[in-house]
Amino acid sequence: MSEHEQRTPVQLSTVSSDDPRLQPAARRPELVERVIALTFLAGIVLIAGFGACYWINAAPWTLGATFGGGLFFLGVGLIAWGKYLMPRGPFVEERHTLANSPEDRNAFAAAIVERGGGVIKRRKLLGGLLGTGMGIFGVVAAFPLVRSLGPLPKGTLFHTDWAKGTYLVDITGRRVHQDDLAIGSIVTVYPEGMQDTDNGQAVDQTVLIRLSNLDFTTQKGRETWGPQGYVAYSKLCTHLGCPVGLYEQQLQLLVCPCHQSMFDVTNGAIPNFGPAPRPLPQLPLQLDAAGYLQSQADFNQPVGPGFWERA
Amino acid sequence: MADVAVNTKRAQRAAAGPYGKLGQSLNELDDRLGIAKGGRTFLDKIFPDHWSFMLGEIALYSFVVLLATGIFLTLYYIPSQDLTTYTGSYLPLYGQKVTEAFASTVNLSFAVRAGLLMRQMHHWSCDIFVGAIVLHMGRVFFTGAFRKPRETNWVIGTTLLILAIVNGFLGYSLPDDLVSGTGIRIAYSIILSIPVVGSYVAFFLFGGNFPGTSIIPRFFILHVLIIPLVILGLVGAHMALLVRQKHTQFPGKGKTENNVVGTPMYPVFMAKTTGFMLVVSGAIALLGAFAQINPIWQFGPYTASRISYAVQPDWYMGFLDGALRIFPAWSFHSFGFTIPLEVTIPAVIFPGILFNLIMAWPAIERKLTGDNEFHNLLDRPSNRPKRTAAGVAVAVMCAMLFIASSTDVIANFFHISLNTVLWAMRVLCVVTPVLAYPLTYKICREMQGFAGAGKRKTTNIVTRTVEGEYVATPAPAYVDDLAHEHEPEALPVPTYVVDEEAVAASDTGGVRRVAR
Repeated sequence: MSEHEQRTPVQLSTVSSDDPRLQPAARRPELVERVIALTFLAGIVLIAGFGACYWINAAPWTLGATFGGGLFFLGVGLIAWGKYLMPRGPFVEERHTLANSPEDRNAFAAAIVERGGGVIKRRKLLGGLLGTGMGIFGVVAAFPLVRSLGPLPKGTLFHTDWAKGTYLVDITGRRVHQDDLAIGSIVTVYPEGMQDTDNGQAVDQTVLIRLSNLDFTTQKGRETWGPQGYVAYSKLCTHLGCPVGLYEQQLQLLVCPCHQSMFDVTNGAIPNFGPAPRPLPQLPLQLDAAGYLQSQADFNQPVGPGFWERA
Repeated sequence: MADVAVNTKRAQRAAAGPYGKLGQSLNELDDRLGIAKGGRTFLDKIFPDHWSFMLGEIALYSFVVLLATGIFLTLYYIPSQDLTTYTGSYLPLYGQKVTEAFASTVNLSFAVRAGLLMRQMHHWSCDIFVGAIVLHMGRVFFTGAFRKPRETNWVIGTTLLILAIVNGFLGYSLPDDLVSGTGIRIAYSIILSIPVVGSYVAFFLFGGNFPGTSIIPRFFILHVLIIPLVILGLVGAHMALLVRQKHTQFPGKGKTENNVVGTPMYPVFMAKTTGFMLVVSGAIALLGAFAQINPIWQFGPYTASRISYAVQPDWYMGFLDGALRIFPAWSFHSFGFTIPLEVTIPAVIFPGILFNLIMAWPAIERKLTGDNEFHNLLDRPSNRPKRTAAGVAVAVMCAMLFIASSTDVIANFFHISLNTVLWAMRVLCVVTPVLAYPLTYKICREMQGFAGAGKRKTTNIVTRTVEGEYVATPAPAYVDDLAHEHEPEALPVPTYVVDEEAVAASDTGGVRRVAR
């Protein structure tokens, strides 16, 4: 048989047992067998080593190295076995059309259309009633399945826990005094009592920055909002709600580490770079008689990212 | 007689038939299940040999690793956002208030033997799973394997990719560390950005405003039960369809639209594929041993008002993060309502269009080409320049978006301004796909004109004549490739792709004239 003929694919079921296609693919099968045996041995040693490493509670990397190496060597050996020592082929398999004869197809379609369809078509009322019933069931069933999952948003997204006279406290719950921050410093503050709560952390979080030691106006109409140079902005980025945690002191920019929106703290936190569409809402501040910082009111607009109901 | 005592070994052997005890038990099975004929057909099933067919196997076996390591992890992980005081062996966190989810993840990494290995293997195999699916999908796309009759399997495969990405994100979120928690925060905001129903969907999914107390348990049950079940079912359907419709194959000697040439299931393919499963698992274990991934104890527990810097999500979320970074701040306000287009377009509409386009591609291509024939022989990508160009354009755009998810890191690393990087990525994301299409198209057309395109290169045999002259003669072509030349019809080109330019080129006797 010429090489050309040997490479002609035949059907597996028709080959005789002495067909060269059933011979190993390797030219020197004995050599290959020895190499594969060595690979398997390496695999066995490593897998056993994994057991030993586990037993003596060795470092995690030794567990992975022995376990992974063992599987790897066993796998390589097995692939080589299949590739070099098993019937080299090539073999062929006929592909038959999946489609059935026109008679079978017609019979199938007829069964659906005539037998089934006829019965349903003649009983339009029943079909309509059943459809209505299932439809109502679908709607009603959606309530326990979906409605019970959580409360309605209602006004939640519009308000925070800041209100008139709420003291600003840091993460430890300590009130912030007007002498606490040096000019150019920043601290994250919460409404008093909320610093340990989920809502306080996730919604009320506010950055307090001291820009000067004189009252600071960030925008027209906010003349009273920045006593002693203190200004406060919501810490929720108006893009996707990440905490705006970086303060570029020289440029007086708040930077969101997620998508690099930058907010000019001297000018009402208007975004001047990045994907954030709106300024950070500013919290109007006031000082109590002892010089501790309070909010004058809640933020004048919803904090955080945009949503449909937001005007 | 049946009740003659069978007491000698020879008699026992004779009674057992020519295939011994095993043959006997197979007969018993066949009596009850009728498996002999179908079983034989299955053992004889032919698998084509081509390296690119391994990509799907990598996906399958990394999924097996995911299941195995994932089951291990569920035994130790506690899906709860309740606060607890960490008292484990990792000292920097000792005494901190953390969630049960975070504490149990740190504990299973440090206190459970082989726990860290299993966790790292789980994470690595997820990254490899999604990567292998994408590469496998590229192979199927560029060779036209999705064409009739395999459109359904293409849609199943695309669904599997989406599910893999979603489940990867859910799993990444479970440790409740600082980085993943920020990821959940972003996901919440993306859901919130959906017009009209966004806030309702977000509140129902999270059980209230962010962060709520339900998200970790809910993500957990989705991640370990519901989505894996769907994936498992779809993987089963994917493979059942593959067996039913049989493999595609590249054109070659003896390969036609009506057959499959290759190696039989038993024992050859079985040995190779089992070996490959061990190799894939082994490689993942080695990665788990030597390449640290997601060291959550360094990030710390999630606190909504804290954040880390220069962190990226897992690679398969990169294109979305990049899209969010470079999309301009175009919020839409009108009639008392807001559509946060700066979020909705890159994170909801864009992936929606992308995945729907991918799913619909077989139908689109059928419409464009009018080709409704069965195709079991694969295309060389260069023979279908328009499809290849379209695929490359989309891939290039996704790659650019992926790079755009590291704008800050790039700016830091190369000391260029963030503004420059941002605008460069904005331009690149739009321009490169537009350039990639004609460029790929042109390259494909050039490759079609190559003499010997699609054949392996042969060596030149250099001989010295008695006069001392060196003569290079090409060695004979490989037998497989020769067969090509004998049967030029082996690459059946349906009429719709035969255009004048290609015909003109082939009419010039192998010399390709490039029209200028």
